[in-house]
Amino acid sequence: MLGKQAFLRHSVFPQAGGTRSTRPSVIRRRGTGLASIWRYLLAGLGLAALLVGVLAVVYLTAPQSAQMVGPDVSRTKKTDNGLYMASFVPERGVVRQGELESWLLTLKTKTGASVERAAIAISGGMPQHNHGLPTSPQVTDYLGDGRYRIEGLKFTMSGWWQLRFAISSGAGSDTVLFNVVL
Amino acid sequence: MKRLFCFLALMVAVILVGCGKPDFSDAEKKTIALLALNTLPSLKPDTTNRFADVPAAAALGSTLFFDLGMSRDGTVSCSTCHKIDRQFQDDLPQAVGVGHTNRRTMPLAGVARDPWFFWDGRRDSLWAQALTPLENPLEQAGNRTAYAHYIKARFGERYERIFGPLPDFAGIPLNASPLGNDAERAAWNAMSDAQRDAINRVYANIGKAIAAFERSIEPAQTRFDRFALDLATGAEPKSDAVFTREEILGLKLFIGKANCVTCHNGPRFTDNGFHNTGVPPVTDLPPDRGRVDAVAQVEADPFNCFGAYRDGDVSACGELRFMVKDGPQLIRAYKTPSLRGVATRPPYMHAGQFSSLDEVVAHYAKAAPSVEGTTEIHPLQLSDRERAALVAFLKTLSE
Ligand SMILES: [Cu+2]
Repeated sequence: MLGKQAFLRHSVFPQAGGTRSTRPSVIRRRGTGLASIWRYLLAGLGLAALLVGVLAVVYLTAPQSAQMVGPDVSRTKKTDNGLYMASFVPERGVVRQGELESWLLTLKTKTGASVERAAIAISGGMPQHNHGLPTSPQVTDYLGDGRYRIEGLKFTMSGWWQLRFAISSGAGSDTVLFNVVL
Repeated sequence: MKRLFCFLALMVAVILVGCGKPDFSDAEKKTIALLALNTLPSLKPDTTNRFADVPAAAALGSTLFFDLGMSRDGTVSCSTCHKIDRQFQDDLPQAVGVGHTNRRTMPLAGVARDPWFFWDGRRDSLWAQALTPLENPLEQAGNRTAYAHYIKARFGERYERIFGPLPDFAGIPLNASPLGNDAERAAWNAMSDAQRDAINRVYANIGKAIAAFERSIEPAQTRFDRFALDLATGAEPKSDAVFTREEILGLKLFIGKANCVTCHNGPRFTDNGFHNTGVPPVTDLPPDRGRVDAVAQVEADPFNCFGAYRDGDVSACGELRFMVKDGPQLIRAYKTPSLRGVATRPPYMHAGQFSSLDEVVAHYAKAAPSVEGTTEIHPLQLSDRERAALVAFLKTLSE
């Protein structure tokens, strides 16, 4: 709906002669009696053709211009104080909205050593909706090589989710935030 | 002069009608496709109920669902409130069984897909849900041993063909329940552990039979689904799949500016979550705090997924295991209801607070603060035309 209004406001009149004065000037000339109704029909058809053309251009370009820049959704990042490299990926590779899922959090030290026996607290929510997580995900297993299984994640809505991990191990305590956009 | 204006007006009208064919962005099309019924996956097996897909169990469940004998005074069945010709709800602000309850009856289409039951999610399976009204003094008002005796007397053979032998009823009191009146509770406590377990097992099987029946209650295709399917496939919409300009506006608002789709998402129009949306309490009803009080109830339920009456293994209990147990967001949070069929079943909300969809839309636009806890809804400027369009769109989910 908004789109249509925009077409009319920005496209039609400029294309048809620059300003809103186009139509009044046509009308004035009709007053001189020089024009037949056919000229106006022709003008109308031209106007319509231009409008269709402009509509086509807007149609083709609109979706691209509507895209906004999202948050950083990288799945591997340094923790906030640089103590660890963390990566966070869905265990099955795909994210399914509305289903309990398990993800893997892999922790390495700066030197690339696997982080074992880390205590991991998980929190998060949707910053744009002002609500927390609909479930309480937990670390349920250590799989070796610094990999921790996190079960009970559930993304119930599309949009921007944040997951914060507070990690503490022999190497120290640090935090990291992952963005997930559905 | 006049003819010229007429002509120009006609041209503009022709062009506008030309794009009256809905002009949705790719993102909108994607969202709409996800709401259509054809994206509803097939019903998953319920491993906690090994009778869930046994036809004889569903048949017995259907009998029990409509049986007035399944109540203290023989006047109330599941179908008293879940009326088969009314989307399995009762059109009342609060359900009336043996007594007057404090919650709106929920419709049942697609109920087997819910992770949580009741408005506050105080049960975690369909079969555990079905047991709760049976013993609620305001609903069917029966008691556990009375139901077991009744099943043996009335449906003994059918029961045993499905579930195996009934227990020995010698010494089982006629009326006993851990949830009943003083005499019923005393009688229950006087039973042996083995007797209580045997009766609980019969009782759980009643729920499993009713759940097996309820699994067959699924949402039906609507005008919206036909429209969405045509939009997704690029087919020319035909007959009632054509949306009016107002319905298209309503749909665009629903998935756009009005943010309805945030919670009412997917082919059932629900995120299956709990939200405080600032719905006001009803005076004269007991205090109602929603999800925050349901957590302890589902944890204490002997028929929950962790309990002894679950079939299958504990891996099916993820929802209970990873449940959010506390936090201010649970206060006066209620389940997002499905919107399928919504227009033809007022009143709305957990205690029938609003009598029309216009009132519902007005409530969400205003976003009044919650009496307790914090509403997740933010105020929204909607013109009268936009409000009417939202309601017009919602009606397409009932046609
Ligand atoms: Cu959200």
